[in-house]
Amino acid sequence: MQIQLSEADGTPYYLQVTNQVKFLVASGRLEPHEQLPSVRGLAQQLTITPNTVARAYRELEAEGVVVSKRGAGVFISNGVSPLSNKEKRRILNERMDALLTESRQLGVDEETLLKLLRQRSQKFDLVKEVEK
Amino acid sequence: MSAHVIEISDLSRRFGKKQALDNVSLSVPEGAVFGLVGENGAGKTTLLKHVLGFLKPQQGTVRVFGLDPVADPPGVLGRIGHLSETRDLPTWMTVRELFEFTRAFYPKWDPVYAEELRMMFELSLSQKVPTLSRGQLARAGLLLALAHRPPLLVLDEPSSGLDPVVRKDILDAIIRTVVDEGRTVLFSSHLLDEVQRVSDQVAILDQGKILLTSPLDEVLVSHYQLTVSFPEPQPFFPQLTGALTWSGSGREWKIVCNGQKQELEDQLHELNAEILEQTAPTLDEIFVARMKSVERPSAT
Repeated sequence: MQIQLSEADGTPYYLQVTNQVKFLVASGRLEPHEQLPSVRGLAQQLTITPNTVARAYRELEAEGVVVSKRGAGVFISNGVSPLSNKEKRRILNERMDALLTESRQLGVDEETLLKLLRQRSQKFDLVKEVEK
Repeated sequence: MSAHVIEISDLSRRFGKKQALDNVSLSVPEGAVFGLVGENGAGKTTLLKHVLGFLKPQQGTVRVFGLDPVADPPGVLGRIGHLSETRDLPTWMTVRELFEFTRAFYPKWDPVYAEELRMMFELSLSQKVPTLSRGQLARAGLLLALAHRPPLLVLDEPSSGLDPVVRKDILDAIIRTVVDEGRTVLFSSHLLDEVQRVSDQVAILDQGKILLTSPLDEVLVSHYQLTVSFPEPQPFFPQLTGALTWSGSGREWKIVCNGQKQELEDQLHELNAEILEQTAPTLDEIFVARMKSVERPSAT
């Protein structure tokens, strides 16, 4: 499991960990039943205190993203996480808000923005096609 | 984590005319990494010296493991791993002699662990202490502090003036210490990105007073930073409740705020100011904001 903590961001580390685990689940890089590193292991890997990791795991468990099995460790929950869609929406919403803020500041209206997005999407597919 | 390893109440200390510590109260829970931050001369070292029993409180009490560190040095100091800011190690010894010398003071010295650390820190036994580089000196000091597996680690500015590789060693050692057997760490630092990374709890010390002491997450969550835009250029930033500091010019300003969000937004709304962005400030930005917002009689 790869987690990148940002020091340039004042978001508490436990929140950065929970957000990134959710993102990894939503994007399929962490699969159901997959085991997460132990609290101590992740603390050492990221150079953060075990209390911070424990808190992140507790929050993830309360939200149903992970289950902790006594003595065995912490695992990603069964089946498709119920959060997955909601989480995808949340991640995209953040990006869309940023895009909307910028386009409004630049005086680009919604209609034009949608048109631009569609053009961009076609170009993006084309580039992917060529790369293959 | 209900037990407190360190309990300080109403501690005051004066050096001549200078009030080094002024009614300081704080407690360090067992298993925590406690970061003590403050500008140079804020009283961090003086506070740590009281914890170690090197200074006797002129007023107030200090308890470590429930004991008075001045009255019971073996009971307290024997259970603390300590790295001083000046790293004053005897200069005429070799590394081997230094280890043997220190070992004599600690019945719980773990030679296997000491050797493991020595290999990891790449220290040569035959080298003389004065020929050690700054980084090697810090590693040697850290080894001496860790090798008797103390339940409490007290580090005074452990990573100041060191290169990134040695700093990483120090931070890893702090984490390893709490990961193993839930030991407790109290350290002072002015490198706030480090404190933000490894601490559970922080205290800000300013001119001998505790400005704030709280779990780190709470400090981070209770502060926020707004970028606002006014309809007209502002010669200076208006007085607003909740705004700790502001920077900028003309129409756009950045404010670091603490709580009172609704009031602040209402005031901005009245001034027709628009909030462009809200971000989470780092501990560094919060610290600077807190320092600037303190009333300084000498500055007027």
